[in-house]
This record gives sequence, C-alpha cells and structure tokens, in this order.
Amino acid sequence: MKKPSAIILSGYGLNCEEETKFAFEIAGAVADVVHINDLIAEPRCLRRYNVLAVPGGFSYGDDTGSGKAYANKMKNHLWHELQEFFEGDKLGIGICNGFQVLTNFGLLPGALTFNDSARYIDRWVDLKVRGESPWLRGIERMSAPIAHGEGKFVGAEEMLDKLERENAVAFAYTKGEMCKYQSLAANPNGSLRNIAGVLGRRGRILGMMPHPERAMFTIQLPHWTYLKEKIERKGGKLPQYGPGLQIFRNAVQYFTS
Amino acid sequence: MLSRIDITYSIPDARAVTKKKYFEGLGLRGTVRDVVLVDSYVIDASLNSKELRRASEFLVNPLIEKYSINTPQAPKKFNWAIEIEPLPGVTDNIGTTVREVIEDGVGRRFKTGENVYASQAFFVSGRLSREDAESIADSLHNPLIQRAHIKNYREFRRDGGMGVAVPKVKLLRERPVIEVNLEVGEGELEEIGKSGVLDPKGFRRGPLGLDARSMEAIRAHFRTLGRDPTDVELESIAQTWSEHCKHTIFANPIDEVPHGLYRTYIKAATEEVRRRKGKKDFCVSVFTDNSGAIAFDRDYLVTHKVETHNSPSALDPFGGAITGIVGVNRDAIGFGLGAKPVINIYGFCFADPRDTSVLYRDAARTQRMLSARRIMEGVVKGVNTGGNCSGIPTPQGFVLFDKRYRGKPLVFAGTVGLIPRKSKNRLSHVKRARPGDYVVMVGNRVGIDGIHGATFSSGALDSRSPIAAVQIDDTVTQKKMSDALVKESRDKALYTSITDNGAGGLSCSVAEMAKESGGCLVDLHKAPLKYPGLLPWQIWISETQDRMTLAVPKKKWRQFSDLMKRRGVEATVIGIFTNSGRCVVKYERKTVMNLNLDFLHDGWPKRHLRTTQPFVSRKEMTPPPSRNLSRDFLKMLARPNLASYAFISEQFDHEVQAGSVLKPLVGRGRVNGDATATRPLLHSNRAVVLSHGVCPTYSDVNTYHMAASAVDSAVRGAVAAGADPDNLALLDNFCWSSSYDPERLAELKSACEACYDYATAYGTPFISGKDSMFNDFKGFDEEGRPIKVSVPPTLLISAIGVVQDARRCISIDFKMPGDLIYLLGDTHNELGASEYYAMRGELGDSVPRVDSARNITIYRKLFRAIRKGLVASSVSVGRGGLAIALAKSSMAAKLGADVSFRLLGGSATRDDVLLFSESQGRILVSVSPEKRKEFEKVFKEKSIALLGRVTWERVLKIRRKSGKAVARLGVDSMLQAYRSMFRKY
Repeated sequence: MKKPSAIILSGYGLNCEEETKFAFEIAGAVADVVHINDLIAEPRCLRRYNVLAVPGGFSYGDDTGSGKAYANKMKNHLWHELQEFFEGDKLGIGICNGFQVLTNFGLLPGALTFNDSARYIDRWVDLKVRGESPWLRGIERMSAPIAHGEGKFVGAEEMLDKLERENAVAFAYTKGEMCKYQSLAANPNGSLRNIAGVLGRRGRILGMMPHPERAMFTIQLPHWTYLKEKIERKGGKLPQYGPGLQIFRNAVQYFTS
Repeated sequence: MLSRIDITYSIPDARAVTKKKYFEGLGLRGTVRDVVLVDSYVIDASLNSKELRRASEFLVNPLIEKYSINTPQAPKKFNWAIEIEPLPGVTDNIGTTVREVIEDGVGRRFKTGENVYASQAFFVSGRLSREDAESIADSLHNPLIQRAHIKNYREFRRDGGMGVAVPKVKLLRERPVIEVNLEVGEGELEEIGKSGVLDPKGFRRGPLGLDARSMEAIRAHFRTLGRDPTDVELESIAQTWSEHCKHTIFANPIDEVPHGLYRTYIKAATEEVRRRKGKKDFCVSVFTDNSGAIAFDRDYLVTHKVETHNSPSALDPFGGAITGIVGVNRDAIGFGLGAKPVINIYGFCFADPRDTSVLYRDAARTQRMLSARRIMEGVVKGVNTGGNCSGIPTPQGFVLFDKRYRGKPLVFAGTVGLIPRKSKNRLSHVKRARPGDYVVMVGNRVGIDGIHGATFSSGALDSRSPIAAVQIDDTVTQKKMSDALVKESRDKALYTSITDNGAGGLSCSVAEMAKESGGCLVDLHKAPLKYPGLLPWQIWISETQDRMTLAVPKKKWRQFSDLMKRRGVEATVIGIFTNSGRCVVKYERKTVMNLNLDFLHDGWPKRHLRTTQPFVSRKEMTPPPSRNLSRDFLKMLARPNLASYAFISEQFDHEVQAGSVLKPLVGRGRVNGDATATRPLLHSNRAVVLSHGVCPTYSDVNTYHMAASAVDSAVRGAVAAGADPDNLALLDNFCWSSSYDPERLAELKSACEACYDYATAYGTPFISGKDSMFNDFKGFDEEGRPIKVSVPPTLLISAIGVVQDARRCISIDFKMPGDLIYLLGDTHNELGASEYYAMRGELGDSVPRVDSARNITIYRKLFRAIRKGLVASSVSVGRGGLAIALAKSSMAAKLGADVSFRLLGGSATRDDVLLFSESQGRILVSVSPEKRKEFEKVFKEKSIALLGRVTWERVLKIRRKSGKAVARLGVDSMLQAYRSMFRKY
C-alpha cells in the first residue's frame, strides 16, 4: 500500500522541519521538507501530498508578532492553493510557530500572544484532549514540551464558547503527570480556558503550541532516567517511543485505514 | 516621504504588565499606575495611501491589535511618553522584517535609500516627575545603541505625537583612500598604533592596537617597498596582527620555552595523546579550523568551538551576547565544508547582580557603565534571542559570580556542529580555495557596525574604546544563510572553501582563505552595502555579522547564485582567489592594498616574554569550626554560585532539534545538573555529552591547581553523566587580565603546564581553544577616582564526548528509596579558595590538588559500572563539596538520604571540612541494593565509600562516625534556599 505523504514547509527561520519530518517518517509516512519559495515557484506540487505541516521555529524572528510575516507570505502567494488543498480530503498541522502562522493565515481560529510572563519558556506540560479530530484518535491525555514566548491563546468570549460547542478545542492544559512530577502550574502562559491547541476545518487541521515531535522518543521525557530504573527493576524494558508519536501515527492511519 | 504606522494591543498586553512591575522596582519617587506599549514603524519610501493601508493590515492581527497611519496611537490619558529607537547604523531587525513584509505585500522592492525604521513607545501614567520619567527611559535603553525621546502629555499633544524622524545613516563622501605617512617621530608613530590613523578631518579613526615594535616593523617593510601604506593596508595589518587573531601571547617565546605556550603545552598535549591512542585516536581536525572535530560514528563528525565575547558585552550586554552565540554558530558553519550547528553552550561570569557599585569610563563621569544587574539581564536575553531564534538547543551552561567581573563580564558561547565525514565524495573536513575560484560574500550587507572589534577586544576597556565596535546579529539572515549553505549547497559541492566573517571582517576571512590558494584579488566596490558612503577601509574591516566568505568555482557560480536567490540569501562575487602570493585589493579601479601574504600573516615582530613568580604571602587559615552546620548548609545553597539558575535554563530552548537526552534541569526538583546529553542525529542512538570545568577562585592561590581542577571537573562531569573517559576531548578558553604583567604571565604559564600534565594523564586531547587576554576595565569610580577592575585568571575547560547508547546516560537525581549511596574518591583537607571559605570570608591556602592517576582509574571503573547498568544516579562533587552534591541528588529526586562519614576515605576529619571540602576526583553515586555486590566488585578497592541510603522521608541526615547527626535538613527547606537567590529573576 502506498504510504501517505506529508509536505513540511521550511524557510525564513522555521526550524523544526527536520525533526517533524522524522516523526512523520517513523509514523509511516513519506515526508518532504519544501522551502516556501520552492512551493511558491511550483504551487501545483502541493496536490501530491496528503498532509501539510507548518513546523515550529522562529519565522522572521517573531518580528511584528509571531507567525505574522510568514502567514503574509502564504497569503500573498499561496492563498488559493491552500484553500483548494483543504477543500480536499487532506490533513493539516501547525506546531508552535506553525500554529501561530496558521491562525494569522486564518485557517485556524483565535490568536496567540505574549505569555503572561512576557518571557520565552521551555518546559513540559500535560494536555487533556477535548475535541474531535483524526489527529486525536485514541489519545485522552498526553505530555509534551512547550518552548515559546507567544503561546497565550486568546479570542473573544463568544468565539471561545463556539469552539467548545463545536468540539474545536483540541487540547487543554491540565495538571497531569509532568506538572505533578515537577510541581509546575498546569497553564504555562495564561491561555484563555487553558487552550493549548485548536481545530479547524472540522478537525482536519490541528494547531498546537506543545511540540509532539519533542515527545516522540521516551528518552526525550524529563523523567526517563527515573522511568528506566523503575521499569527495569521490575524486569521490563524502557519503551522506545514517547506519547507524541501518536499524533503523527493518527495522520498516517487516517489515510491508510 | 515619511509615513508612520502605530500599532497597539486591543487586549491586555503582557509586555506592558511586566514592564510596569519592572518600573516599580526602579525606586522611583512617584508611582506607576499604567503602562501602554505602542510599536511604531516609520516608512521612508514612496507608498500611496492604499499601499500604506495594505501594509498596515499586514502588520496587525485584527483580533488582538489595532493600527493608525500618521496619527499617533496613544491612550487617552497618560503622563509621559517615552520612545526608544535604535541609533543610526545599529541593526534594526524588526525594521528589516517590516520592509520585507511590505515589499512582498505591495509587490515591489524598495529603492536604494528607502527603508523602514522600527521604534517602541511606552505611555506611562502615574504621579511621576520628569526625573522619574528619565529613570524609566534609562531602564529601557542603552545610550550606546539607542536613543530615548521623552515627552509629557502636553508636549505630546502640542507636537501631535512623537514626531517622525528616522535614524538614517548619512555618510559624507570623502576621499576614499589615504596614504599614511609613517616617516614621523616615534611619538606620532606610537600614537597611530594606539589611537588610530589621523583622518583628513582631524580626528583619529580608532585604535589599531599595534604597539611601537609592530609599527616599526610595518614602517621597515614599507621602506623596502619605497612607499607609504594606505589606510586600507594599515587597518588590515592591524586586524590580522591583533592579539585577538594572532594570539601573540600564546605564540611568542616565553622564558625557557622557545616555541611559546600554545605549541609547547596545548598542542603538544594533543599530539602526545593522539600518539599514545594510536588506532584509537578519535581526533579528526584539531586547532587548524574554525572548530575542532572528533569522530561521532563511522559516517559523521562532531565539531566544537567555544568563544568569548567579553568587551562588547560590557558595553552592550544584549548585542554582545547575541553576537557571541550567533557568531560562534558560524564557527560550526565555517568548519570544513560547513557543519550544521546542533548544540549551543554558554557560560557567564558576572558581578553579583545585587552589586550596586557605579563605574564610569571617563574622569568627567559622563560615560556610565551599565549596572551589574543590567549586564546580567542583557547577556541572558542576548543568548536567549540568539539561540532560540536560530533553532539550536542551548542546554549546557553555567553562571559564576565574583566582584572582579564587574568591569568586564566574561561571556562564553560555544557551538557543537555535525557534519558527514564525506560530502559528495570529498572529505568534509578538508577545504581548499583554488586559484580562479570566486571570492563570494554571503549573507548580510556591510555596514559601519563592528569597526575595530578585533583590536578593541585585544586591549583594556576604557573611554577610548570604540562604540562602533558593538554589533547586533540579524538572526533571521543568518538562519536563512546557514540552512542554504549546510543543508543544501554543501552536498551539491557548490563551493570549495568557506569561512566565517568574524573578527576583522573580510580583511581576515579573505586573507585567511587566500593562504589556501596562494593569493587573492578583491574589488571592494562590489561588496553590497547597507547604506552608501562607506570608505574602502571600513568595508574591508567591518564586522557586520551574519556573513560568510566562500570560494565558489566559476562553473558553479550560476547554480550557487540561483539557489541563494531562491532562499532569499544575498551572495555577491567580490573578487577572485589567485596564486600570486599577494593580497591585492581594489576600489574603483585603483589598487588600495597590495601586500605580500607572508608579511601580512607572519611579519609581526616576535617578542620574548618574561615571567616573574608572583610573591604571595599565604597562610592556611583555619576558621573555628562551624557552630551550626545545618544553617551553614542552607546558606551555602542560597549563594549565587551554587543557587538554582533555572530562570536561565528554562528560557533557553534546550529541546529543539528533538535530541534532548539529559536536560539542564533535572528531576522533580528541577535542579541544575553539571552535564547534558543530546542526540544530534535522530536515527542514531549515540549522544554527545557536554560538561565544563571552571574554578577561577583557586587562581587566588595557585593557577596550576586551578587549571588542574578545571580539567578534572570537566572530565568528571562528563564521566558522571555516562561518558567514556577514554573518549573525551577538551577545549580551552583562557580569560586573563593585564597579560603583559610578568606575574600574570607566570600564572598563565603555570596554568598551561597543568593543562599539559592533566590532559596527557587523562588522555583527553585539546581540539580547539581561544584566549582573551585583556579583561581589564580602566575607568573611574563613583567619586571619579581612577580604578582598575581585572578579572581573576579564568580558564574554562569544556569537555565533549560521544556515548554509544544514549540510554546509558545517568542523571543526578536519586531514583528509589533504599538505594545505596557511595562516594567515589577521597576527601581531603582542601577548603582553600572554596565556596565555603568564601562564605566565611576566608581564602586559605589548601586548594585541591588533583591526583590524576587515582582519578582516571576511578573514572574508568565508573564507566564500566554504568555500562553494566549498575548505577542509578551519579553527580560530580564540585563547588560546595559533598554537602552540595548530596543536596542536589536529594533535591532533584525530592527524596531524603541517611548518610554517615564513617567510611569516608581521605585526610579530612572536621565535620565542616568533610561537608564542604572541594577535593577533586569525587563522584557521588546511588546503586540499587540488588546490584550492590556487582557494583562493589567493579571497584574492589578502597576508593569508594558506602555512605548510606536514599530514604522516603524527605530529610537529608548526615551523621558523624559515632552516629550522631551533624546536619539534618528537610528537602523542602533545601529547595527553598536553593531557589531563593534568583526567585525574582
């Protein structure tokens, strides 16, 4: 059977394209990193892919607000192609800076602004799945790291109500395994209603601030050395893959099952 | 035509909230009620009103922001408006992005001279005097790179806003090249070397950093040529001969050492180790390139390089630090045919941020140095922006405090790179520009920023230090360039050689590469400029960041140029490599430089350095025994040198690239570990372990033992994390002060001797290094009295090792209650220059002596035990001694421990000595009881001592031989003390 294919955008300071590609590949997809200028030069190549991913990074150095300048470039040169792409049976994902890009572009609702601390932070968070989406199948809770300065999800009250009503909140920050382990607050940035990720186009587009590709291996977890001792003393073996990989597996499964 | 777009938040702005808190901490007379931030972009370009509206829409997210065009966006009520904008010529990254956004949006490029300038305004309300407003403005900007405009409400309304002035660089057209007459008196000759070439307009152009003997050598050379040097030639020689580039102190003969310190001690140690390792030698490229490289696996190499950026960070901490980290990234990109930066490291030596002393650069007390706290905050922010924006994880680092870093902080920045051994059938660590290849400059355009950076950092910081020496990186430009080079062009073999434009700019990079081909011919007129009017000497030596120089074969140029265009990266042919044996530079068809390469690189006058043993009267102080060890213990944990610096670790992205294995903050207690591990290649189980050793306080007693301890600490930290001691390489970074002082030279020589002795004893080769020899501040104190602040002799040793299986890395946290706790190594009476003595106001004499033979045996055994899976946790015992090591493992796990000194080896007897002695060679480990036999079998001998057990009860109990408790500390109170120092940072 043909493997599903993912296109991962790069360029202008996006920087998580390689590990995102790797995650799609171990999940069973074929993945290509394509520079946005190459896609602009040949937009038709988009049709070949099942999944579009905008990975994390610092496009345009976050100048004028994170994700904005990259989204402008997409609006100026790829507007119709992207609209057309998502009219088909396709999936999309924006991670961290990619999420910021997709909200600015308008494929995802809401906006992301400065953390309440007004400072960049890298730490682990726990997530509770709230919405319905091919991306989220079989996941109830997961942990992954965030690393951002502008990750506070905001929107008007009515919009937030609507998101909740329509099951379009993908994840909410919650106090789970990692927060308990490291005594951290559940919500790392002041996001309204603890929203960590949202859905667009009836769940086919996922935007999330946490990085699932930074939780694809067990040894990326902050407490893997502890887990290893615990598991091995009971005669078990530390599993190779971490919780984040399921997101990518779900995308593959959507096109193969 | 000037237009101004103002943008502000329509929802609460977190930046304003935190700024308000920050202002409240400034000690203002009045009170701050509210702060509103407005971002402004002044557009100096002909846009019609429709285009302006379209541009504005591109710049706001309508859900959270609003804009206005040419009418000020200000709150209805406020008391003071303070606007901060960059000074002309200072890098304005936001302005550049906005310009690109507008160009892309309106579909045409700006014309020459058209630009966008970004600024930020703070509208502050509250009962505040003008003095208060000025204090706020002071806290918001650094006058060396920015300016502040202050208006009260009435002034703002009267003027209809802040006004639209732009910080446009306007350079007057001058005579492009002048000849410099060196047939002058000795006084004038020396003055040229010291303060610079006399400009036709009557001012000195800034220090050349050339002493009298160098100036004489230059004069003699030009006498044989029968002409005067041009300013381009003189500036170029000054850059190439600077201490910063030539490392003259390490290269010159010294006492009975004819070949100098570097060749005799550092390089010789590496040669000796490599010879002994024979087939097991893992070094691939040492000392010759921008980074050093060792084997990663059969297909890849890892590179490492650590730099310092001290002088610039003293003046502009943010710019200095960001340039440090992004600059050292280019040492990876510029290694071989171009390595991909995969891990950043940092190290900061500051004055205590609570230090309120005031320093001035001038006697009139007009040039005030930034406060200790501002320097620290700026440096941290600089590395934050530089590392995070570049997508390179920054896990490994340290921060140290001593009041002698008040004049000049030390800012270490390093980068590990990854490169395949072969790139399109070429050995990737070998590069060679060939005659006929184009000289190509890639990346940023040239500006007047960073003129005289290399010569500036080769001398003391004082009022003559050039301001233009400070640069700020454009991280986006560099990221685009880095990706286009190492991820795309390298493996298409589009270039034959590459190097970084760092210190000395083109003058150093091109002349360095010209050695490969045998010469070069450059036309400076072709170099793209940020703004018109730069003189040839400025273009040649400017240190504008984010540029690389490449050698591109003529037949590859079109393909290379096309690729760069598609990646939005500027690449320009500025000349050709030759084999003429000369460095020839032209400008507007005239030859402005024509120098023999041999003279340029090796014509500097050698000087025989002499040392004098410093006379130090030292006595061993033995303070009376502590009366309350538990209290002392907690006080130690709260000391800046031992406290948690989680606020730094968590604002540096350490997980990007998805290879994080051992993180900077460990366990439940998020305790700072000594080493980190990262997988640079996701399909490989191998990991790179990094650690460091830095013990400057020991220099107050003896620099030999200081250096020995630094080497041991670096090795020990890596081994404790799971690295193989027989597969470790080292980097040396010497940061000295007043280096021509014969006593300081004697200390330097001792430190170098220790580097040789311990590197060879441990079998750990040096692969790269850097020195910074004049970390002195010469200025004036609060009363205007002359003052000199010099850093203590500081040596950073960085260790890098490759572990075969990342899952065999060991973290510092205890794992399970009931586990056995062992101390490897002996504890001696070695509190001299320790953190404990510092707390008690003593120095003492008994600094740790390193027993390399004993230590390496222990390290090898520990590695064997780790490989067999026998070790649950492991922590290096360093600053603060056994007490702090126990505390770290315990706090990280949030588990207690019950331990006793009963079996402890070594000569120490007193309780406080046992707890806080900093004897080297010690590692604290915990082991599952089931593995006790096997573990003890590995060690067999007496070099390990069973201390006790890990406990459920969250209390650390430490007992004497008799069983009586010496100290008893709750884990929570330890954590509270540990986190107290930087809680509010």
